Amino acid sequence: MLKIGNLEFSSRLLLGTGKYPDFDTQKQAVDVSGTEILTFSVRRMNIFEASQPNFLEKLDISKYTLLPNTAGAKTAKEAVRIAKLAKASGLCDMIKVEVIGCEKTLLPDPIETLKASEELLKEGFIVMPYTSDDVLLAKRLEELGCHAVMPGASPIGSGQGIINPLNLSFIIEQATVPVIVDAGIGTPSDAAIAMELGASGVLLNTAVSGAKEPVKMAKAMKLSIEAGRLGYEAGRIPKKRYATASSPMEGMSLS
Amino acid sequence: MILTVNGDQVEIPEAIETITELLQHFKLYDKVIIVEKNGEILEKAKHSESLISDKDSIELVHFVGGG
Repeated sequence: MLKIGNLEFSSRLLLGTGKYPDFDTQKQAVDVSGTEILTFSVRRMNIFEASQPNFLEKLDISKYTLLPNTAGAKTAKEAVRIAKLAKASGLCDMIKVEVIGCEKTLLPDPIETLKASEELLKEGFIVMPYTSDDVLLAKRLEELGCHAVMPGASPIGSGQGIINPLNLSFIIEQATVPVIVDAGIGTPSDAAIAMELGASGVLLNTAVSGAKEPVKMAKAMKLSIEAGRLGYEAGRIPKKRYATASSPMEGMSLS
Repeated sequence: MILTVNGDQVEIPEAIETITELLQHFKLYDKVIIVEKNGEILEKAKHSESLISDKDSIELVHFVGGG
């Protein structure tokens, strides 16, 4: 079970809702992924196109825990405002704190992320900050009382996979709250590696929505996250430099 | 009356007095929508009693796909 704050989840896949080719594909991908937590963003609406269907209308949102993000924020103040707007919907009290500090890499601003997290914890949110893979920053966020920390595997949407497994494993080893690997996942094996490292969950979006067949990839991600978790729980064998025979050595001499 | 809605100047019939009526005017009433009036976020329960007046600045936001 994945426990975040006072909530429990049987799926360890958190799925984003951006950039699917169409709402039907998105709905099917969400269904087969088995996810119980959906992320999304808060934006000004176009009041002159109010009749356009919204992605939420296609999903039975009562089945999911909603995790809005503060994407678009560049400062703690902006992130806090977006979080409060999301909460005023009455649909969610979880927030993914995302304060981007660099347009090119979309890497998070650690100082503003920390400030926003602190403020939102005071406001009673379930706070899940998206962070870089900085071990000490993760620790500081935990000490503030964040309910999970979400280090990136590599830059958002890059599909580069896990470029610093060592840092992720340090974050996971010292963590007292769930560590959810967020951003940069490209393939099912990336997600499996994150889980084998001991992550409590994986948050991904583009790897599914941008796949040639998003629904099939959603299934693949579900299975790989389950497999990675089982592998972690089972405990891998130590790596050795030379071979160790799998077959018995006794009785080999038949002459 | 003239309101600023999401940054645009919009003329609204004088008969509209509350946020709820404004959302009905824009055909947004049954949507998941969050309202900010003059920088103050309004809980949904307060929409029907929150009065609007000339030159108010209204922000209407909603949820969109994201990761």
